[in-house]
This record gives sequence, structure tokens and C-alpha cells, in this order.
Amino acid sequence: MDIKDEESAPSSKKASKKPIYTQFSQQDLPAWKPILTPGWVIATFSVVGILYIPIGLLTLFASESVEEAIFRYDDRCLPPSYAHNANSYIQSDDTNKTCTIKWTVEHEMEAPIYIYYQLDNYYQNHRRYVKSRNDMQLRNKAAEGDLGNCFPEDKTTDTNQPIVPCGLIAWSLFNDTYRFLTSNKDLTVNKKNIAWGSDQRSKFGSNVYPKNFQSRDLIGGAKLNESIPLSQQEDLIVWMRSAALPTFRKLYGKIETDLEMNDEIEIVIENNYNTYLFGGRKRLVFSTTTLIGGKNPFVGTAYLIVGGLSLFCAITFILLYVIKPRPLGDPSYLSWNRNPGGIK
Amino acid sequence: MSIHSSGSRSNNSILEVSLSRSGSKARPVRYGSKGADSEGLSMSQRELRDEDARLVYINDPGKTNETFEFGGNSIRTSKYSVLTFIPRNLFEQFHRVAYVYFLIIAILNQLPQLAVFGRGVSILPLTFVLFVTAVKDVYEDWRRHKSDRVENNRLASVLVDGKFEEKKWRDVRVGEVIRIKANEPIPCDIVLLSTSDPTGVAYVQTINLDGESNLKTRYAKQETHGKEGFGGVIKCEKPNRNIYGFLANMEVDGKKLSLGSSNIVLRGCELKNTSLAIGVAVYCGSETKAMLNSSGAPSKRSRLETRMNFEIIWLSFFLVALCTVTSVCAAVWLKRHKDELNLLPYYRKLDFSEEGEVENYKYYGWGLEILFTFLMSVIVFQVMIPISLYISMELVRVGQAYFMIRDNRMYDEETKSRFQCRALNINEDLGQIKYVFSDKTGTLTQNKMEFQCASIWGVDYNSTKDNMEGEQVEHSVEVDGKVIRPKMKVKVNPELLQLSRSGLQNVEGKRIHDFFLALATCNTIVPLLVDTPDPDVKLIDYQGESPDEQALAYAAAAYGFMLIERTSGHIILDIHGERQKFNVLGLHEFDSDRKRMSVILGYPDSSVKVFVKGADTSMLNVIDKSFNMDLVRATEAHLHSYSSMGLRTLVIGTRDLNASEFEKWHSAFEAASTAVFGRAALLRRVSSIVESSLSVLGASAIEDKLQQGVPESIESLRIAGIKVWVLTGDKQETAISIGYSSKLLTSRMTQIIINSKTRESCRKSLEDALVMSKKLLSSSGVANDAGGSSDATPVALIIDGTSLVHILDSELEEQLFQLASRCSVVLCCRVAPLQKAGIVALVKNRTSDMTLAIGDGANDVSMIQMADVGVGISGQEGRQAVMASDFAMGQFRFLVPLLLIHGHWNYQRLGYMILYNFYRNAVLVLVLFWYVLFTAFTLTTAINEWSTTLYSIIYSSLPTIIVGILDKDLGRRTLLKYPQLYGAGQRHEAYNKKLFVWTMLDTLWQSLVIFWAPLFAYWSSTVDVASIGDLWTFGVVILVNLHLAMDVIRWYWLTHVVIWGSIVATFISVMIIDAIPNLPGYWAFFHVAGTGLFWLLLLGIVIAALLPRLVVKFVYQYYFPNDIQICREAEKIGYERVVESGQIEMLPISDNPPR
Repeated sequence: MDIKDEESAPSSKKASKKPIYTQFSQQDLPAWKPILTPGWVIATFSVVGILYIPIGLLTLFASESVEEAIFRYDDRCLPPSYAHNANSYIQSDDTNKTCTIKWTVEHEMEAPIYIYYQLDNYYQNHRRYVKSRNDMQLRNKAAEGDLGNCFPEDKTTDTNQPIVPCGLIAWSLFNDTYRFLTSNKDLTVNKKNIAWGSDQRSKFGSNVYPKNFQSRDLIGGAKLNESIPLSQQEDLIVWMRSAALPTFRKLYGKIETDLEMNDEIEIVIENNYNTYLFGGRKRLVFSTTTLIGGKNPFVGTAYLIVGGLSLFCAITFILLYVIKPRPLGDPSYLSWNRNPGGIK
Repeated sequence: MSIHSSGSRSNNSILEVSLSRSGSKARPVRYGSKGADSEGLSMSQRELRDEDARLVYINDPGKTNETFEFGGNSIRTSKYSVLTFIPRNLFEQFHRVAYVYFLIIAILNQLPQLAVFGRGVSILPLTFVLFVTAVKDVYEDWRRHKSDRVENNRLASVLVDGKFEEKKWRDVRVGEVIRIKANEPIPCDIVLLSTSDPTGVAYVQTINLDGESNLKTRYAKQETHGKEGFGGVIKCEKPNRNIYGFLANMEVDGKKLSLGSSNIVLRGCELKNTSLAIGVAVYCGSETKAMLNSSGAPSKRSRLETRMNFEIIWLSFFLVALCTVTSVCAAVWLKRHKDELNLLPYYRKLDFSEEGEVENYKYYGWGLEILFTFLMSVIVFQVMIPISLYISMELVRVGQAYFMIRDNRMYDEETKSRFQCRALNINEDLGQIKYVFSDKTGTLTQNKMEFQCASIWGVDYNSTKDNMEGEQVEHSVEVDGKVIRPKMKVKVNPELLQLSRSGLQNVEGKRIHDFFLALATCNTIVPLLVDTPDPDVKLIDYQGESPDEQALAYAAAAYGFMLIERTSGHIILDIHGERQKFNVLGLHEFDSDRKRMSVILGYPDSSVKVFVKGADTSMLNVIDKSFNMDLVRATEAHLHSYSSMGLRTLVIGTRDLNASEFEKWHSAFEAASTAVFGRAALLRRVSSIVESSLSVLGASAIEDKLQQGVPESIESLRIAGIKVWVLTGDKQETAISIGYSSKLLTSRMTQIIINSKTRESCRKSLEDALVMSKKLLSSSGVANDAGGSSDATPVALIIDGTSLVHILDSELEEQLFQLASRCSVVLCCRVAPLQKAGIVALVKNRTSDMTLAIGDGANDVSMIQMADVGVGISGQEGRQAVMASDFAMGQFRFLVPLLLIHGHWNYQRLGYMILYNFYRNAVLVLVLFWYVLFTAFTLTTAINEWSTTLYSIIYSSLPTIIVGILDKDLGRRTLLKYPQLYGAGQRHEAYNKKLFVWTMLDTLWQSLVIFWAPLFAYWSSTVDVASIGDLWTFGVVILVNLHLAMDVIRWYWLTHVVIWGSIVATFISVMIIDAIPNLPGYWAFFHVAGTGLFWLLLLGIVIAALLPRLVVKFVYQYYFPNDIQICREAEKIGYERVVESGQIEMLPISDNPPR
């Protein structure tokens, strides 16, 4: 606006229009002017190196202390006769889907032991899929008819009743189940509190009950008990937190007793979920946890590498500084002082 | 060095030196903008045809407006009304390509198949920008409405039914007769009919129109003057912009009279010194010349922006490439999974909702799906083209303009004028100037003339040489008991003063008498009496259009020939206390073809004499050939010595007219001055009757003083590697002498002078000069491109307008350019306004270097418009130059702070800002892109759509704007101390292709770190889309802000606030977004922030991403420092040293006025 003022002001006005002096308008505000001195740079790299190497070691150590056991079962639970016809095996109602795996615990695992199922090559982040849900409907009984984005799993085919929960995500709910037996005794799996508390409290309504779910011809996965409100359907809640990456784990439950070395555990799997269609693999994972979560050597290694490189830089710069220092701010280094061209 | 200068002297012989200027062709003077000017010229050549004319019936507005309704007098500078605002404002806003891009993306996103973002989110940024601009426009328009209302409701006195009545301005119509009192503004363009002055003169001040504060005379025609009733018809040209021309004729009582620009008073002027004037409205409201001339500032595009647009094309290619990769991958994926798509849980192509029918759900076939994928990826990756950059750049430029306007060091105390930023979009060009083209008069010099020497009848009277103490004589006369004194004092030569007092007793005295009589009368000066605090003393102020004339009139007054009164009919002089009245029988005003003016005086004893004054070239052609040639030669010698002292010279001639000669002239003059068309040419011809066979009275010399600080400024500019070319209309000798006094030329330089009259001789001179310059430069060692700092013998080229006529627009141009680019100084003298533009174009078209033209007068307008940057001096000569300029300031020396400080800063700031914004947007796009590779190429964004949108609004926009406005690489004092630092801009150091590539590589690395570290860490884990998205959001935002923080040179409190504030604002925004239960990502941040892995990753990302940058930056700054870097260090260390010792070092160049 000042510019306009300037133009429209009649030049005949003889009052002094000298700009008022302020530090701001004259660009004389006090300022901190840091420069990259060798001291600062070497110090920065050293500090990074000194901090990162221990952090890396700690992280790596934590990761190593995690006990993890992984069982791939999609192939193991497929009867050999169906080896080339997995699809019809899994789609048929008549085939026996139960399969058993024997596991001898190799290392001691301390409770709580988390049980995850892991899917491969499964794009829960596919654009068609992540959008295929209605968050209003999940929360609010009154919004039951709110079916936006849910097509084609929105209404029953014949009666046009709304499906609760609607959409592809809910429709494709994972339905393999696991039982664990030690010495023919059931090992209790705690399936409470496997979902986020926040989801149970605010995102899935305690008065919203499943309705018309999986009632259509094409059944995508698990069915829901219509007498339990959505907020208590923790498997659904876990499933509906769409995974970020195509290889993901979902929490199935927790075993709250320690597993000792050489414990014999029989894993009974109901292999219902169809991943054969698209070549997705299914795994069962037992894992203990630490501060940084599950087993993950990457972060620790990365920290070690970054720390190491920083220390290397610090040392290199120290050497360079000792061998070939340059006085800071020496005017004789200015280009016009350095090569005064043409003096005879 | 002496060898070379002697060499140059000997070399001068091969150059043709033409002293005779008979070859100089007449060229029309050009005023104002080109359009107005060509219009004016063509109109004067043509008869005023009926279809081109407007008929105005005086005092009969009804009849005037009968056939065709002329515009009313209400004006509208506002653009919008309440109704038209929305459509018109939208229409204007969408003229910007950026907004159209925004709009297309938003529209694409509205298609259901392509809806990547929610509909609301996608429109938000566009509406935000449109809204902000609209609010600004409403505010500005509201102010215009207000001023329009004030203007339209002013009262004018209009003749209705034989009586003058008050009427609002907006109701005034064409044809109405209007009465104006002294000091009243003129409501519309009126033709004067009568004035209170017995001779029909009215004085007007045109300061609002052209900025000239002196009074101009306007005349009422004798036929209408003083009459009671008004009637008649005026036939005038259609409304046009030419404020210096008016072509019309008037029929009164059966007589046909011609009207010219001296009969019309324009809206925007004020009546002065005349108690009453009556006129008829001919142009009203928006058709007035003032309104037609109120056009906006010229629009130019900065060099940096042009280069930036080039890189934006690269970015668009890159965008297209990303989209192509995505869609090709998607195509392959779809092909490979063709058979599975039907039942794939996360695809589910089959739709069973219709009974018995199986349809495809949201699947449009392979080809269309790919097309949609492509379009969707355009939507997702749209920020690759940094649209927000255009808006940020405008904001930054406003901030920079604010600082330039507010700079105390560019405030001119004398004219009380601030720096003006008229063009807002070329601030950064100021930092890359390589050539400065400067006008001389009024730009390098003050245009305040001082009478210095006189040569009368071959005798040199010099007021400075003999008595250096400069005795200032105050001459005053008494009239009616009151003392009248000239306003300005002039140094006089006592000998001459003595002789002038001697009166007509001897021949010498008579000649001196005639000489001063000529000075006092042969002009268009209007004497004004100004009151002083002392009631008995009045000052006489000489108002006139030419400062030379003013100086001469004051000089004549000092020698006792005081001009007391001037009307269109007579002149009253006070000659040594004796009042004399002369009748003005005729006056031929100055024009640039004749380069002289003449006045025909009738003496009280009814003898008639003509006095002529003019430029030496034009005068020496019209002197009596039988005249005393010795005297002519003596005068010429004096002229030569005056002009070599840098003085402006005029030759005065006179002749007695006998009765028959006078009659012959008189009848021709009458005929010519009533001619309807071609009047100017006719008058010119008539003037030749009297302006011939003159006898030389003498010559005057006026000093044109250099402006303050000019030599120092030129020196600074030269050290900064800027080539200064001076283009002047002055004589060669004058130009060279000014060149020396302004340090433009030094004794070390070899001068090459070219003034040839034919094309062939021009060619030869150029070839010789080229050879010579080559020899000079090679013999003195390495030719240094850095220019100013070179120690090779600098070469100065001096070329005159006549030669330029042959060279410009011909094949010789190239040679001239070759030659000129070897010279460190180029002086062009005797150039016409259009040639000035031609010279600028010569350089502009042949190099990519930036040109700047600086000037103050109407003759500089074409040059100012031609150059990349035009600077107007808001000084003495009027406002045309300022109106045409991009920047305007009070003094030439402000060029140094403007270029070396503000230009440098503006360039550095914007250059960095552009690179940073490319990086900022590209890093986000790349992170989005990497993720797309893991979503089966379906353009899911992990970073939620609100964050993507807010990214360029809240998360990272303010810091770059604030840093772009405030950051300074070097302090003011350092920049002035080492003008060489300016070279950084000339060498495009802050923004170039190499930097762009490096920035993009850095961007690639940073995006890889941001994306892949979490990916590896979270592979086969329970992480959900929203949580990892939040991590990526923070990764990008923190990194982008830290990246900026690393490059900030000066940290003000505001910088701290915006940079750290932006990061905090991001955290707050993400928390708010994640607290909305209706979004799928509900509470994700609070969950993921509770895990140690999240913070470990965030810390790791930031450090790992910035490490390479820090290493490169440090190595580059420490081991390959550029000048700016060294000065930065010196500034910091030097500052500490100063603080320690408690002293402040003095700078060699300190042309800052004390605050």
C-alpha cells in the first residue's frame, strides 16, 4: 500500500517526506550472523558422531534382544492335492481348512508375547481400497445409512438395506484363526486391547452393531457377531487401520505367559483367508518387544553408519585444517586482490 | 601509461574530426510517450477532417451534445462497481497463468474418477489466493471510489442563461462556458475565451500534469477576449493523449481562427496569477488529456524470472516424467493382474449389486484407467510446479520495495522526494546491471544554470576568472515606493557591469546594451512578484520553461536590465532605474529544428528590431555573410573555449528591420498563425524571413553544475564492473568536459573520437578505431573482462549523433558494438531522443547483459522504456521521465545504493528464494512419488491431503518469504567499500543452471532419506498409513525448514520466530488434523509419537539428509571461498575487532548523507 501512497501523493506537498528512521525500515536490525567456521563444523560432526554411535549400538542391541519366530503357512497348509488349484481349495466350503504346525521354542520368550499375522503383496494402501469405508457410519448409529465411498459393498442386493460396516475394507476382514496348544492344553491368547484405545473410544461406536454384514453372494472374509458393538470388534478395528506398506503385520493377540526354551507348541490354524488368488503369503509371527518395537536392525545400523561418517568427516576436517588452514576474512583472498590482472 | 596517451594523440590524426555541423540533420523533438507523439505529428500534417473532428458550440451544450453525446465530466478511476466486482475481478485474476493452472488442477480433481483429494481440499488454496487478492483489490478500489467522489463533487461556476451558477464537476458538459478564479483547479479541458488580463493572457501551473512547477502562459483569442456574449463553433480533434498538442479552429462572427496548444487549459492544471479566466469545455471527464494519460506503470519481466521460467519448464518435464513412470507402471501392473482384478480384495472389480448382472465397478478399461492414472498423478504431483513461488515472489518484492522506498539514504532533501518503486516486478534486475546509460543534463548535472561568461563583440567578459571570490551584486529597483529585487543573485564581472552602466554613450556601451536587452527580452520568461516578510521589498521570480532562459534573465537583471512585466503585447524593462516599454510585435518560439528563438521588438521610437538567440551551429548559419568575419571568428574561439570548460553556450544576434521587411514578415506571420493545418511548418518558414543576415552581438555561457556525488558514484559504478555510457544532446566539447569533471574520463584514457558525415567515412573511422582499440588492449597485456579493475589502458569512445545516424540501423551497428564493448567509457553527444533508445537497443539486442537507463527529461523517455531497467530522476525537467520509469529517485548518486546495496540484496534474496522453493516443492513431490511405487501405483498419499495442502500455506511458506525479504548476505558498508561485490549478480552467481542441478541432486538425496529410512524401519510392521504419513510430514517439514535455517545468513528475531514457529505450527496442525475422528488417520500422531522409533527416525532423517549438504557447503565455503564469503567473514571478524578496540573504521567512499 505504501507504494500506492507514494505515487498518488502530490509532489507539491512541501512537508518533508523523509522516511522516519527505524532500525527495521533501514534494515539495521540487530542480527546474529553465524558463519561456518572450521571449529563449528568439526564440533558439529564430532557431536553427531559421538551421539549417534552409542544410540546406534543401543538400538541394535535392543533389536537383537527381541525374540521373534515366524511361520509361513499359506503353502504349508495347502494340501498337496490342491497345489495347482489353491483357489478352489480355499473357496470351497467342503475342504478341511485346519492345519497344524509344530513349533519347538528355540529361545526363551518373555511375556507378553505378541502374535501377529503377516501378509505379503497385499495392498491395503491401494487407492480403491483405502477409500472404501465410511467413517461416519462406523461411529454413529444415526449415520447408518451413510454409505458414501462404500460401493459396491454398501447395500444388500435384494432389500437395499445398508450394510454395517460397509465398504471393501470391512468386507475383506481377515478370517484365519489360530489356536496354540502346549502339552495338549490350550495356551490362552488375550485378544483384548489389541486395537487402539482411541479407535475403540471415538472411532467405532459402542451403539453401532453389525448389520447385513457378508450377506451378499460374494463373501470377502470374516463374519461379525451382530450382538457385539463395533467398538468391541477389535479384530475389525485392527484390520481397518489400513497398513501403510504392502507387507504388513496385524496384531492378533497376546500370550501372557513366558515361553521356555524347548517348549513344544502345537499351532492349529484355520486357513480361511484367500491370498492364493494373488500370490500373497501368510505368516504367523511371535515376537517380544522393546522400546523401539519389534526386531529391526535397520535403524541401529543406519545410526552407526551416520555416526561413523560424521566422525570421519570430523577427523578429515581436523586434518585439512591442520594441513591447509585459511585465515578467515582475509581481504587478500578477494578475487580482485588475488589476481590483479595486467600489471606489467 | 604516458606512451599510450601520446599514442592516442598521434592517432587522433587518423580520425576525422568534423567541426562543421552543417550536416546535422533536423530531427523533431519528441515529447511524452511514442504513441502520443506520433499522433501529434501526424495530426499537424493533416487537415482536420470533419469525421476526425468534434464540433463544440460555445455556450450551447444542448446543440453540442445533440448529434453525439460527448462524455460527461464525471470521472471513474475505480475499476469495479458492486455488481461487476465478482466477474471482473475473477476475469482479471485469471489472467495469470499460475491461477489457470490452479484452476485446471482443481477442475480435474472434481471429476469423480480423478478425485484424489477431497473436493473441498482441492479448491482451498485457489480460493484462498483469489480471496486475498480480491480483498486487496476491494480496498484499493474503495480508495479510488472515495477520491472519485471528492473529485466529482467539486463545484465549478458554469454559465447558465447568462448567469454563472455553481455546478458540480460531474454535471459539466462539453460546450458549457466555465468561469475559473485564481488558484482554482480546472474542471475539464477548456479553450480560453477571455481572461481578466487585458491582453488575454492566463497563467497556469501544470504541476499535476507534468510536474513542472513554473508557470505557463495560455492565451485567449483576441476575437473572443473581453466580449460579453459567447457564441461560435470550435472544431477540434478527437480526444487524444498528447498533452503538448492541440489542433482546432474556431468560427466566431464569421471569422475563422486557428487554435493551438497555447489556447487550451487542461484538467489538472491550476489558474495562477490571473484573477479570472473564462473558457468553453471541449473535452470532459475521461476524455480529458489528463485522464487519457493516467496509465499504469509499464510492465516488464525480470531477467531472473525469465531464467526461472526456463527451469520451470524443466520441472514440468520432470513432472510429466514422474506421471509417465507412474502410469506406465500402473499399466504393467494392471496387465499382470488382469485376471485377478475381479476378486482381488483390495481391487474388487466385480459389482453384483444389480440382480443377476455382473458389472465392472469403477473400471473403465485398461486404456482409460491408465489415462486416469496419469491425470491423477498430475493432480497429486502438482506442487512440482511451484505456483506458490509466484505469489511469494510478489510478496517479497513488495517487501523489498518497502525497504527501497524507506531508505533514508535515497531520500532527496532538496526536492523532498523519496525513492519511488513504480514497477514492482523487476527489483532483482537491479542486482545484475552491466550497462548504465545516463542522460547528462539534469541527471549528472543539476540543471541549475548559472550565467558565467559573456562574449560581447569579440570581447570576453569572464565573471569567474578574474575575481574568484565572486562578488554577487544585488541589483534592485524601486517601483511605487517598493523595492523590487530579483530572486536569484548572480556573480557579475565588475568591468562589464561598469560598461553596462555607461549606457549608450559609446559604441561599446551600445553593444552591451543591446546584448543585455536581448537577454532580457528574447525569452518566454514570466516575471512574478513574490511577497517577502518585509512589506517594502518584493522579490521578482522569473518563471520559465527553460532553465537557461531563467539564468540569462537573472543575469540581465544583475547587470541592470530587469524584466518587470511581460504580457503578450509588451514588455516592461527597468534599465538602470529607467522604465522602458517595448511592444512585442512577434515571437518565434524555440524549436529543436531551428534551435533558436527570436523576438521582434517595437521600440518606443517605433523602430523595429529583431533579437535572435540560439545554438552556435544554427546561429552561425544565419549571420550576415558580409559581416565582420574577425568578430565571428573571435566569438567562435570564445565559444570553443567556453564549451571546453563544460559551459553551455548560446549565440545572440540582432538585426534592424525596416518597414517593408517588417510588413512582409507581418503579413506572412498573420497568415501562418491562422493556418488551419501545417501551422508549425509555416511558422518555421516565416521565421526564416527575420532570422537571416543577422549581426552577431555576442555569446553567453552558462554553467551546468554537476550534481552532488556524481564523480564518486561513477567511480563506484566503474569499480563494480558497470559500464557507464553518457548520452547527451550537448556539444562534443561540453560532453567531454563534463566527462572529465565527473571522472568518467580520466587522463589515462585513450580517446577515440568518431564524427563523420557520411556512411563511408563512418565505416572507415570504425574500422580504424577497431584496429586501434585492439592494438591498445593487446599491447597493454591481458584484456581483463572484469572491466573496471583492469589495468590495461582504458579506451573511451566519443561519438556524435550525426555519425550515429549512419551507423544505427545499418550493417555498421555490429562494428560499433564491437568497438563499444572494448571501451570502458562511451560518450555519445548531440544525440536525438530516439537515437538514445537506439543505442540502448544496440547493446540490449546483442548481449544478454542487463541495461539500465537513467534520465530526467522527456527526451529520455524512449531510452528509459527501451532499457531493461528505467530510472527516472524526479528533478527539474518534469515528470515524463518519471512516468515512464520503473524506479524514480532524486539524485544520480542514489544509483550507487540502489544498485550496489538494494540491487545486490534483492538479487541474492530472490535467487536463493527461487532455488529454495524449487527444492521445497520437489522434495515433497518426490516423497509422494516414492510412496506411489508401493501402492500398486495408485496414487494413495500417505501424507494426508490436508497436510499436502497446508504444506505450501502454513508449514513452509512464511519462512521463505520472511528470509526473502530480510536476509542480507553482506552489510551496507561492506557493499559500498567493495563495489566489486556487485559482480556476483552480473555473473549470475545466486541463480544459475549449475546451482539448479546441484539443488535438485540435493533434493533427490533428501527425499530418498526421508522416504526410505521409515520404509526400511517399518517394513513388515503394524504401521498404518496415517502414522507413517505423519512421520513423513514431519520429516519433510522439519528438513525443509532446517535447510533454510542452514542458509540464513542473518538471524533476526523475526527469522527465529517464523522458522521455529513453522515447525511448531506444523505439529499443532497435525495434532488438530489427527484429532478429527471422522478422518481415517484419527489419533495416529499421538500413537506414533509415543513410540521411540518415531523420534529416532525423525532425528536420523534430519541429520542424514543434511550431512552431505553441510559437508559440501563447508568445503566450498572454506576452501573455495567466493568474494561474498570472504567479506562475510571479514565483516564478522572485523566487527569484533572494532568492538574490541572501540573504534569504527572510516570508509573511503562515504557518500551517505548524515542522517
